[in-house]
Amino acid sequence: MSELASESAVQSTTESPVDERIVQVGPIAARVLVAGTGEPLLFLHGAGGLFWDPFLEELARRHTVYAVEHPGANVSEDLDHLPGLWELVLFYDELLDALGLDAVRVVGHSFGGMVAAELAANSPRRVSRLVLLCPVGFWREDHPVPDIAGIPPETLPQLVLADPEGPLAATLSPPADDPQALFEAAMRMASILHFIWPLPDKGLSRRIHRVSAPTLLVWGEQDRLVDPAYAEEFTSRLRDSRLALVPDAGHLPQLEQTGAVLAQVLPFLEGPS
Amino acid sequence: MRSIFFHLMPYRDLPADFEQRYESIWITPPNTELCDPRKVAQYYQWNLDELELADRLGFDGVGVNEHHQNGYGFMASPNLMAAALARRTPNNSAIMVLGNTLALYSPATRVAEEFAMLDVLSNGRLAAGFPVGTSMDVNFCYGIPPTQTRPRFREAEELITQAWTRPGPFTFNGRYNQLRYVNPWPQPLQKPHPPVWLAGGGSVETWELAAAKNYTYSYLSFFGAKFGKKLMDGFWAKMDELGVDRNPFRAGFAQQICVSETDERAEQEYLEHVTYFFNKCLHIPSYFFEAPGYRTRKSTEFAIKTNQPGAIAAAAALEKNWKTLNEEGFIIAGSPSTVADRLIEVAKTLRVGNLHALLQIGSMPHELTKKNITLFAEEVMPRIRHIWDAEGWTHEWWPSGAASRAVTGVQA
Repeated sequence: MSELASESAVQSTTESPVDERIVQVGPIAARVLVAGTGEPLLFLHGAGGLFWDPFLEELARRHTVYAVEHPGANVSEDLDHLPGLWELVLFYDELLDALGLDAVRVVGHSFGGMVAAELAANSPRRVSRLVLLCPVGFWREDHPVPDIAGIPPETLPQLVLADPEGPLAATLSPPADDPQALFEAAMRMASILHFIWPLPDKGLSRRIHRVSAPTLLVWGEQDRLVDPAYAEEFTSRLRDSRLALVPDAGHLPQLEQTGAVLAQVLPFLEGPS
Repeated sequence: MRSIFFHLMPYRDLPADFEQRYESIWITPPNTELCDPRKVAQYYQWNLDELELADRLGFDGVGVNEHHQNGYGFMASPNLMAAALARRTPNNSAIMVLGNTLALYSPATRVAEEFAMLDVLSNGRLAAGFPVGTSMDVNFCYGIPPTQTRPRFREAEELITQAWTRPGPFTFNGRYNQLRYVNPWPQPLQKPHPPVWLAGGGSVETWELAAAKNYTYSYLSFFGAKFGKKLMDGFWAKMDELGVDRNPFRAGFAQQICVSETDERAEQEYLEHVTYFFNKCLHIPSYFFEAPGYRTRKSTEFAIKTNQPGAIAAAAALEKNWKTLNEEGFIIAGSPSTVADRLIEVAKTLRVGNLHALLQIGSMPHELTKKNITLFAEEVMPRIRHIWDAEGWTHEWWPSGAASRAVTGVQA
């Protein structure tokens, strides 16, 4: 994962150029990373924030990827305009208008997966195919989702990575001696928690039946944050869904097993819309 | 200076290895394992006895506050304690409820109603504390999203003061409180309403509110004046900037105080209980202390730039280092004259006219607490009562029904 530069040219691991666009959506200036060619694809990130990573890089080889930064991380006032999930979903609906996109493929990870499902439930005709990477959105007493704000930061790798000793571990939390980085990370997290505190169940079960897009669920077998058992909450309610369990992956399967996830996601996205 | 005996009401018998065995004093300490209701029955009697003793001994006020699911101070409803005190404080101390955590009440008219009841019940002796509340209470125990902490607080503050002052019924259309009919019976006895006391740990927004609404501000921390100076300098700079006068009664601070016959005796008697407090009652992991979004961007940036003293206090307590605890100002302890001298110095340094005297600390037993309260009332209070008299300020925020002992007191 590479940290984003603040300038419009974004550092990436390959030669593919990534544009940073500021798209005005009502009072909110949305930050969108755009790269690639092909049919449009909307990417919604999880609680870790928006980073141009190898997974997005590969998606951009075949699609025009619009990776949106969840609002509120940089400008706290954005959250005043988005008091609840309803406004957040409408924000994304309006963002698609502002981007001039009618119907899109949507890929969402974790919290972004929940938002993607809500968007597809609210605007079924705008979402042609839906990929949910270990999404939140439900609550099960037998598999409570740990409180990511209420645990020691050093325990996070064990929860979200199949290999807590691997190279991704260091990227999960900012260094303890860098107050500015800690602050930015806290603000990013705050903008997500705004919508899922105290439990990430905000009524998706009452709305998910409206989703019409064929849906691919991808789950790391070792996801200890959002247990793979949650997949059945989605598959049992969606009209057309399939589940891909990824071995040797936790809650970041697209980064821990990028190749295996792409092998599922890319053919699925090629399917008829 | 006004002296308020402020009682946290802690659990006094936590296991010796509590901080090794358990994650936190707040939110998650398992209640069935650690909190024995039979012990609590005894504590509540002691706590109220101690507060009532303070009234009889001439404290200006008795103080209670609100916290949830913890062993540090488990007065989930300070209003219940204040109601008991309203009936058993014949010496007419102010009843300082510092306060109700506004964001937790939906609708917040509940606070307007209960505070009005207390004001009437006490014959106008209520000081109405409006704290933002800790992240532990608001976000973790009561499930309020961190980013809603302050917006809910501000809206509740608006609703409550309107409920107290606008003729009812009226309509309130808020984001979190939507009421067709606001018409509490009764409105408070004090007019226009009981004095509002803000309490906080240094949020810039709270200072701005204090200035805008002419509320008092009490800086509540356990880390003493040395650290508090940075914060209170910021407070007064903000008042200057906003054109507010420097009346010291606008401001208060909390201080742990241990009084004995001599400095040496104070250490012998109190060290154990002070270290219990710092080691066990403040055993709170950083991730509970501040959920992401609990502070605003502005206040978080301010906090990052200000060194937090918690680590020094924890180290000193762990080593049972009486000297450091005193030198850093985490406690003010010793003979009555030592304590009075240091309090005067601190009050002048911070420019505060209200002292929230924490005289029951951690595991401190009932008899020792009574001694501490008595020595403070009889030998310290007379020496600090008149320190601001020469400047001639009026205390505009003292409950109008409470006794004003300053005017009848004897000059030290």
